[in-house]
Parts: sequence; C-alpha cells; structure tokens
Amino acid sequence: MASDSEPKAVDPAFTKSVVDKGADTVTLCFQCGTCTGGCPSGRVTAFRTRKMMRRVQLGFKDEVLPAEELWLCTTCTTCDERCPRGVKITDIIMTLRNMAVREGYMAEAHKNTARSLMKSGHAIPLGDAFRKMRETLGLHSEPPTVLSDKEALDEVKKIIKATHFDELVG
Amino acid sequence: MAKYSLFLGCIAPLRYPGIETATMEVAKALDIDMDILDKTSCCPAPGVFRSFDQDTWLAIGARNLSLAEEKGAEIVTICNGCFGSLWEVADKIEHDEKKKEYANSILKEIGREYKGGVKVRQFAELLYTDVGLDAISAKVTKKLDHIKAAVHYGCHYFKPDIVKEIDNRERPKTLDELVEVTGATSVDYRYKNACCGAGGGVRARAKEVAQAMTDQKLEAMKESGANCIVDICPFCHLQFDQGQSGLRTSFPVIHLSQLYVMAFGLDESKNGFDAHAVPVKF
Repeated sequence: MASDSEPKAVDPAFTKSVVDKGADTVTLCFQCGTCTGGCPSGRVTAFRTRKMMRRVQLGFKDEVLPAEELWLCTTCTTCDERCPRGVKITDIIMTLRNMAVREGYMAEAHKNTARSLMKSGHAIPLGDAFRKMRETLGLHSEPPTVLSDKEALDEVKKIIKATHFDELVG
Repeated sequence: MAKYSLFLGCIAPLRYPGIETATMEVAKALDIDMDILDKTSCCPAPGVFRSFDQDTWLAIGARNLSLAEEKGAEIVTICNGCFGSLWEVADKIEHDEKKKEYANSILKEIGREYKGGVKVRQFAELLYTDVGLDAISAKVTKKLDHIKAAVHYGCHYFKPDIVKEIDNRERPKTLDELVEVTGATSVDYRYKNACCGAGGGVRARAKEVAQAMTDQKLEAMKESGANCIVDICPFCHLQFDQGQSGLRTSFPVIHLSQLYVMAFGLDESKNGFDAHAVPVKF
C-alpha cells in the first residue's frame, strides 16, 4: 500500500464497478465524518469509514481492496442510520469485501469459517462436549437442522456449487 | 397469535444449547404456538458469508425462508445475526425482482422455490409485540429484584429502525422493559447501544479488535453498578461470556429466554448454564 506522501494510482473504472454493483450511494458522500464519529471499531482502531468512502470515490482501488481495515467493520450499521446523505455504507463495505474476496484477499480464518459451512451447513462445528451438553438438557445430540438430515445438507451443498462459492474459497 | 417456527441457527444449538431449551420452555409457558423449524442451515451469518459472496448468502437464506413458507409459519430467531440475515434476505427478495429471480434460479436446482412474504421475527420483539408486557408480567412468580442488568440489544435487532419499526435505535426501550417486567432493574451505561465487537467477521479475523470493543462495554458496565448482562443474541452472548477471562469483570451473561425461565419459576436446569464461562450466580 502506498504511504500518504506517495502519488496514488487512480483507477476510475474501480469507482464505476462499485457503483455498477449496486453500491451507487457512495457517490453521495460529502465527507462530513458522521460515520467515523459513531463507529465502534474506529474507536479502537485506525479504521476511518469516511476515508474509505473517499478512497472509493477517487478510485484508489489499491488502497481499498487489499486493506486490512476493510475487515474491521462489525456491520453494526450505526453509520448507515446516521448518515445525513443516505449513503448505504454497510452495503458498500459488503460490496467491497465481495470484490476483495474475488481478487484473492480472504483471510485464512475466514476461509476456515467458509469451509465449515461447505462441509456441515453450519458456521461452526459441533464437538463431543456440546453433544453431551445437549443430551443433558434432554435434546438430541444433533439439532434437527442439516446436521441430522443428509438430504437437507445436500441441498445446501448444491447451492454452494451452483453459486460457485466453493471455487471462490478454494 | 400467529403460528411460529423457531430457527435455531448455529451458536445457540452448538455452543449455548440452554438458550434453545429455555426459549421453548418460555414459549410453552406463554402459550406461544411454536415448533422448531427443521432442515435449516446457518442463516447464513451476515458478517462473514455476506461479506464473502452476497449471491450465496441470498440463496442459502432464501432456502431457509422457504422451509418456513412450506409450513405457513412466521420464522422466529433467537439470534440477532440470524435475524439480520433472514430479515434482509426476505426484504431484498420482497423489493428486488432481480434478486428474487436469482434466488429462485438457484433454489430450482434443489427443487425449491421461495414465493416471498414470510415474516421474520426476533423472539424479543415477538414477546414485546405479540405477547405483551401484561401477559408476561402475569407469569412472573419469582421477582428478580436482586438483578441489576446491563442490557445489550445487539446491532441487528432494531436496525434499520425506520423500516423494522421495532424500536428507536438511539434510545431503545423494548429490552429494558422486557427485563424490568421481571422485577429486575435495567441500569444505564455508556456505550449501551454499541456493538459487542464480534460481528462483521471481526471476531474470526481480528479477535483483539473485537475484544477491545467488548472491553469498552465491560468497563462501562462495571462503572454502572450492574451485576449481570442480559442479551438477546447468542453471538453477543459468546463474545461477552468468553471475553471476560483475565479481566476484572465477571458478569454472568444471561439470554432473555434464560432470564424468563428464572422469573417464571420454570425448571432452571433447562438454562444450561454449565455452558457458560462465567458462572451464573449472584
């Protein structure tokens, strides 16, 4: 990533591609900073929502898609609710993250969560300790979800193939 | 009251199964006609899977909604993540014909269709709106006046508030009232409406950042004189419960359903407090 003192590579096609993906409200941002002011993540990190919106407007693709801070938003949507311009900030961040993943920027920890979904239909695994805990509560060791219905799990797996999510995660 | 079907999600059944059993006990006590929606998968989680690929998120969400549609039931969640995802998927399909067509083109491959119109509910707002504080109050046999709760709403419960019309995002009151009806006190604290820190895939990817947000809330709760945390989401629940190790706080973390099991004088072993990192004792 370029430091603030270096000239930045501008890619107008990047802004257009974000807009074309439905995140068109990014163009409405007039940089008031209300988003940054209410951001719980920005309170503890260097993540600045306002700057990210500006970088998208200016086409600074290389400062947005590989950036770690793109993944520091908890999607709490406080910024969306307070934005005086109606910028759908969380939706824009989602669009940017989808683009980042397609460019290969996906953390290993997130790949593992994705693999769990692909394998079991749930975001987290069920181990023996929790199976036992369920039994103690009078529940079946597996909940009546895709975990205890192979056909239902196959449906989820087919969806994952049909949307090519499996190829995306690798 | 309508017919309801409980969507389990991942964290409640797989990490805090007591939230699942407590919810069913409370529903029974309040004569809520609710079964468990089977064959469901992950909602899929809004912070991670929607971040990775919105098409997959939409299609899997639509499959889950189609299961409730088949039953003719409203789909009820006990998790704000599930509520956020299912509500948004339903909303997008309702208002965007292209998204609906896309979701159904994928569902067709598994012989399903989602026609639309399934109501997505959060158990807390269902209790507040469909059951009401009076009916809940009538079931309280054990006044919890020793409890001073720091309530945590969680983000996807009432936002977007103009569209959901559940509560006011800047000054919410539904959960405070749902807690106080048990005789407990809901204390005010700084950052009350702030995120727990776990969402958006942050817990999985940058745990220390998630923890820093949690710590700010915990510190504020400590200043407020609260003696426990009451939430309505197992993911926030996990973040607060596991996020206190090594800290100066030891707030028991209680889901609203578990609080009602206590207040209604139901079988407290159904709360599954064994799963909690911080012991639930006062």
